[in-house]
Amino acid sequence: MNTATELDLAHMLPGFADPVHDAQRGFRCVLDALSRPGRLFDMTVDVTPPPGLAPAQCAALLTLADCDTPVWLEPGLRDAAAGHYLRFHCGCPLAADFADAHFVVLAGLGALPQRSALKLGDPCYPDRSATVLVEVPELEHGGPIRLRGPGIADVQAISVGGWTARTTAFLHENRAAFPLGVDLLLSCGGRLMGLPRTTIVEV
Amino acid sequence: MYVAVKGGERAIAQSVDLVARARRGDPAVPELSVEQIRQQMRLAVARVMTEGSLYDEDLAALAIKQAAGDLVEAIFLLRAYRTTLKRLGDSVPLDTANMRLERRISSAFKDLPGGQVLGPTYDYTQRLLDFALMADAAVTEDPAAEASAGPIVAPRVTDLLAGEGLLETSARAEGDPDPSDLTREPLQLPADRATRLQNLARGDEGYLLALGYSTQRGYGTTHPFAAEIRFGAVALELFIDELGFAVKIGEVDLTECQLITDFEGSAEAAPQFTRGYGLAFGHSERKAMAMALVDRALRAGEFGEDTDLPANNEEFVLAHSDNVEASGFVQHLKLPHYVDFQTNLELLRRLRAQWDASNAGATGDEEPAA
Amino acid sequence: MTQAEAHDGYNFAYLDEHTKRMIRRALLKAVAIPGYQVPFGSREMPLPYGWGTGGIQVTAAVIGRADVLKVIDQGADDTTNAVNIRSFFRKVTGVATTERTREATLIQTRHRIPETPLSEGQIMVFQVPIPEPLRWLEPRETETRSMHALREYGVMHVKLYEDIVRHGRIATTYDYPVIVNGHYLMRPSPIPKFDNPKLHRSPALMLFGAGREKRVYAVPPDTDVRSLDFDDHPFAIERWDAPCALCGATDAYLDEIIIDDKGERMYVCSDTEYCNDRQQAGHHGTQGGAPRA
Repeated sequence: MNTATELDLAHMLPGFADPVHDAQRGFRCVLDALSRPGRLFDMTVDVTPPPGLAPAQCAALLTLADCDTPVWLEPGLRDAAAGHYLRFHCGCPLAADFADAHFVVLAGLGALPQRSALKLGDPCYPDRSATVLVEVPELEHGGPIRLRGPGIADVQAISVGGWTARTTAFLHENRAAFPLGVDLLLSCGGRLMGLPRTTIVEV
Repeated sequence: MYVAVKGGERAIAQSVDLVARARRGDPAVPELSVEQIRQQMRLAVARVMTEGSLYDEDLAALAIKQAAGDLVEAIFLLRAYRTTLKRLGDSVPLDTANMRLERRISSAFKDLPGGQVLGPTYDYTQRLLDFALMADAAVTEDPAAEASAGPIVAPRVTDLLAGEGLLETSARAEGDPDPSDLTREPLQLPADRATRLQNLARGDEGYLLALGYSTQRGYGTTHPFAAEIRFGAVALELFIDELGFAVKIGEVDLTECQLITDFEGSAEAAPQFTRGYGLAFGHSERKAMAMALVDRALRAGEFGEDTDLPANNEEFVLAHSDNVEASGFVQHLKLPHYVDFQTNLELLRRLRAQWDASNAGATGDEEPAA
Repeated sequence: MTQAEAHDGYNFAYLDEHTKRMIRRALLKAVAIPGYQVPFGSREMPLPYGWGTGGIQVTAAVIGRADVLKVIDQGADDTTNAVNIRSFFRKVTGVATTERTREATLIQTRHRIPETPLSEGQIMVFQVPIPEPLRWLEPRETETRSMHALREYGVMHVKLYEDIVRHGRIATTYDYPVIVNGHYLMRPSPIPKFDNPKLHRSPALMLFGAGREKRVYAVPPDTDVRSLDFDDHPFAIERWDAPCALCGATDAYLDEIIIDDKGERMYVCSDTEYCNDRQQAGHHGTQGGAPRA
């Protein structure tokens, strides 16, 4: 955990303009995304994220992260503007280890670690598990990836930039281990899509 | 033609108005002030602060006034206010050894450093109604007239015993995490001792009294001594990061009880005295003692004692101690349950019809199930 | 719809932001693990435990200025508890409230699901007294946690089966246990079993809050919710021989009302809004006619 470095307040970007209501709208967007896997939702809250955080990721973290939820950032971002920003606005510790992180922030699906490195919960408390926020270069409805499961009436087809066979394997494993697992929030700029552990993926 | 009743909102407003009037009583009688309650009902204030988990004598007195003296209701009011308060920081652990004593007794030693300080207590009164108090203008002596000889600070009896190595120590172990806070996080079982103590400190006095009592009557195996009961003011200190040291920000009145029980020892542990601990805001001896009994009972497993009695059952004890929870759930039975009742009524009619059919001749006609 | 101003001196929706965040995180995990009970740091609320504090905290964490709130108890908008909770939220949020199921974006309920079909985008918030379906069979939380982890639900089937042996039918009539998404056993809160089918693949999101017991759980939209039963004793809902005496509905859950000293009774819709709507649309029962004012 990183706690000691001085924060550069002079160059700090602002957080939510209206913390109470922006957080409420941010939450409803994430709630919609996890309730309706595979659908795209606009994160309607305006934020100016620091380099290394995408807008929807940034808004989701301002909404959900605080002193009780260590956040994993890429090592290069921890001591940079993104790390300072999260520590200042959310008060969250920055986790050095995936195993400690409630939220894991990644710049692409290629950065997904081994699933076993993440917090997966335990059989009596599967909720004690990480939420992984992944920015992707493309995120659309329709396409080769077909999703089924809770929150999906029939089948939801999507296409996601940077998706590989390894992504599919990761999500198959994540589904098979239910109720243990992580929940994914994919983002592309200001748009968000949920892939909770219940979603069944076919490519 | 049937027209269903409507107008819940108006009926509720009237009920609220009626309870306000009932609380006030006869307007010809002067209204109680919050200050009067704080000064003259200090033991009620102490209980409301303890079980309300908020040290504020004025607000506790206000809650008692607003609740017309119903202390569980007053505790509820104080808790619902407390939830909305911001956390500014955590105090450093209170040092009860440096308590400015108003009362301190030990039943384990006849005399000890600092002596037995009887202080303000009903313990030595004869419980005869004092009809002089009924007179409106009862003469009161100025309490300041008999000022005490000065503040008494004396070591805790348990510290004296620990010096001999005969009492289990309570020093903080290396790597011991900060206590969790049940008002922020749900109870998870099994609970550590700090969590249990917080639960008991907030727990209903009557409930703890009954459970503690049960351990003295064979529903428990402990035979404790009151090593010490002390009541007085303790400094509240806050560590200020910018200063690098702790600063006294005020004082709180506390009652602390340490009960000790002998333990014969085992293969791993030497024979020694073990502790049960009780702590309460203000002057609350019954609460602190009952808490200490139950604390020790919940430690039975640690010492290889029987754990199958009610007061030893951690989940049972902790899950039912909170009077705000208990009062709410017991009294929620007053809420409408038409829907569930209807569905049971329907089932019972069918079962009854079935029963009647199979006992044909024994009963008369039954209304068919609707 | 009625609109009010938010109450000064308290944060929007009463709870502080730290608490809302904690509840929101718990709700997101609840949605991701359908039917699983997520422990949360339930707060003391200004209404008593057992009177909807779980539902109130969930609503407070979810509600925003754009929402339209409906609150019902026993299916009715005008029961004391519903009136109180609705006026609490009017006071602390100023959001619009409604009695119309179709207009509402957020519906807090005790013991019923409205008769009017729910639609996508709506959120139901259930008040839950006891969240643990195994609680009457096993009082220890430490045990029931591991029973869920191992999906050891045999005891529940045995209990229902014993009903059949003794009574010839399953004697559970409300809070009838369900399996969510083929995995967790869940209590649907004390709704009559009549309402259980409405949970199955509902277009609305269902959130459940138990304040005293400090648990939240959820059923996402379009999720399988199966009421427990047996091949030879399939799940069945309550039926009435007579229609609603006011609106003539034959598809609604009916309350029994005693109308005179001789114990004469009639049956009327428990969902007051549904009943009014039907009467206004010209449907009549034997006693009906004018809409209830």
